[in-house]
Amino acid sequence: MTRTAHRVWKYGDNVNTDVIFPGKYTYTVSHDRAALARHALEDLDPVFAEGVSRGDVIVAGRNWGNGSSREQAVTCLIAAGVHAVIAVSFARIYYRNAINSGLLVIECADAVEAVESGDDIEIDLAATRILVAGQSYAFPSLPPQVLEILDAGGIIPWLGGRTLA
Amino acid sequence: MSMTLTEKLLARASRRERVTPGEIIIVEPDVVLSHDNSAAIATIFGQLPQGRVKHPDRLAITLDHAVPPPTVKHARNHAEIRRFVREQGIENFFEVGRGICHQVLCEEGAVGPGLTLLGADSHSPHCGWLGSFGAGIGRSETAALWATGELWLRVPETMRIELNGSLAIGVTAKDLTLHLIGLLSADGATYMAVEFAGDGLAGISPDSRAVLTNMMAEMGAKNACMAPDEVTWAWLEANLARTRPRDFRERLNYFRQAALYPDPDAKYALNHVVDLSQIEPMVSCPHAVDKVKPLSALRSKTVDVGFIGTCTNGRLEDIASAAEVVRGKKLAARLLVIPASSLVLRDAVAAGYIADLIDAGATIGTPGCGPCMGNHMGVLAPGEVCISSANRNFQGRMGERDAEIYLANPAVVAASCVAGKIIHPAEVVRAGDAK
Ligand code: SF4
Repeated sequence: MTRTAHRVWKYGDNVNTDVIFPGKYTYTVSHDRAALARHALEDLDPVFAEGVSRGDVIVAGRNWGNGSSREQAVTCLIAAGVHAVIAVSFARIYYRNAINSGLLVIECADAVEAVESGDDIEIDLAATRILVAGQSYAFPSLPPQVLEILDAGGIIPWLGGRTLA
Repeated sequence: MSMTLTEKLLARASRRERVTPGEIIIVEPDVVLSHDNSAAIATIFGQLPQGRVKHPDRLAITLDHAVPPPTVKHARNHAEIRRFVREQGIENFFEVGRGICHQVLCEEGAVGPGLTLLGADSHSPHCGWLGSFGAGIGRSETAALWATGELWLRVPETMRIELNGSLAIGVTAKDLTLHLIGLLSADGATYMAVEFAGDGLAGISPDSRAVLTNMMAEMGAKNACMAPDEVTWAWLEANLARTRPRDFRERLNYFRQAALYPDPDAKYALNHVVDLSQIEPMVSCPHAVDKVKPLSALRSKTVDVGFIGTCTNGRLEDIASAAEVVRGKKLAARLLVIPASSLVLRDAVAAGYIADLIDAGATIGTPGCGPCMGNHMGVLAPGEVCISSANRNFQGRMGERDAEIYLANPAVVAASCVAGKIIHPAEVVRAGDAK
């Protein structure tokens, strides 16, 4: 059973890493899960950190995660319990960081258009489809080398290491 | 089969005859860059079974993001990095005050023509102005790279930007990049390589070339590069003679052997042709780099503070242009100047630029990133308006959510601090002459 159900938090285009995880905390908050989660989306959506539940997904427009390479912009979402980010497109370092930290990232413009904040959706990873209100939207499958890292939970466990947070 | 410069660089780094866009390859970079984030990377590295850095000679670590350390926490972070550097025998380590990683690695010849750099910093495309491949990566994969010496990469499609003609007086490489980002948008080159070419390149100085490759990070590019030419070799020779007097000939020869050039019939995914003479001074408005307007459309926006510095525009040419604007005048707004490296600072002092700036009322900071990312040393108060020569104006970037950041070339920043409002440098210079 690869199908999983999620609640949506939706945001717009060009959301940058400074508003996902503010730069002023990057050298003081690294691996403390609770602190990471507390600052998640702090400058984008002040109610997110309190309202998010385990398994929720973020749905966004173009170029999610542009700007700085800070990995906390990914790990703060993992710490907050976010299951996946579905966007029209991702900034490339964000995309790499997500895979290498074990956060599922999906590019699917049709699904982004079809949902609003608070909607329920399902992700079928094996079938590479997103289901919204009876409609199904296909997304491109990831290259096998990349899936292997994602499956292992990130590049560190993939290389035989332990994850920190 | 013909290849673009980026494809050739990646073929070399992955020890293949050739690579094709879209392929996933395993590269062995010549240089792995990190900075104040090295302690955090070392903590992740500590979770790996390897324990030792595979190629300590390929690591380059610069302390630059919060220097000198503003808090005990930051000082501890630096101490941890020094310990790691000693333990792992990393020779390319640059202390507090030497400057910003991207600038320092070029000055030191740690990176150069034909080489591949992966950096735990988003402006890693910077070094591409020397004919290198440079791309930003995250912390976990940097730790993995320290341990194994290799990493997966997708071969990008290449966008070619052909520059023709020359820039008008008072128009800089920064204006050209803001023009391009405004035109193509903040994700105009996502997942792509950018290759600069064309006759116009010959007239662009080394300091300005670095602005071009550096700013392509703000267009989403994976890397940005240009083939080495006479200007590149002359700069390398002069610089390496300063920074590594003992082996600079050897290093230059190594770069000459390693240098790569695009095939004349290489295939580009996109082609843009720019007539440099048509570019005018540009300003990027809050809170996105691609919210670009011509300077002429931004009359009388009051500013509280200006910032000249960063890996984008903190070099000698930038400080010289600011000094020229403020010489003999008094500033109406605060101006913070932070040279990109100790060499830049030294040269700016020798040329008298620092004296001009101080006489006008500017503040000079330790070479490093300064307030660029809101860490310290010049962060903004709520409601303040800053005009900066940096690369990003995101909300909260300089530490405060309710502050506004405008981006412009250094002469415009300096002029705006003289006038207390965003203004063309020619107007400030003219007003001064009339008195
Ligand atoms: S100067 Fe700014 S953009 Fe450049 S490396 Fe430092 S923090 Fe990053």
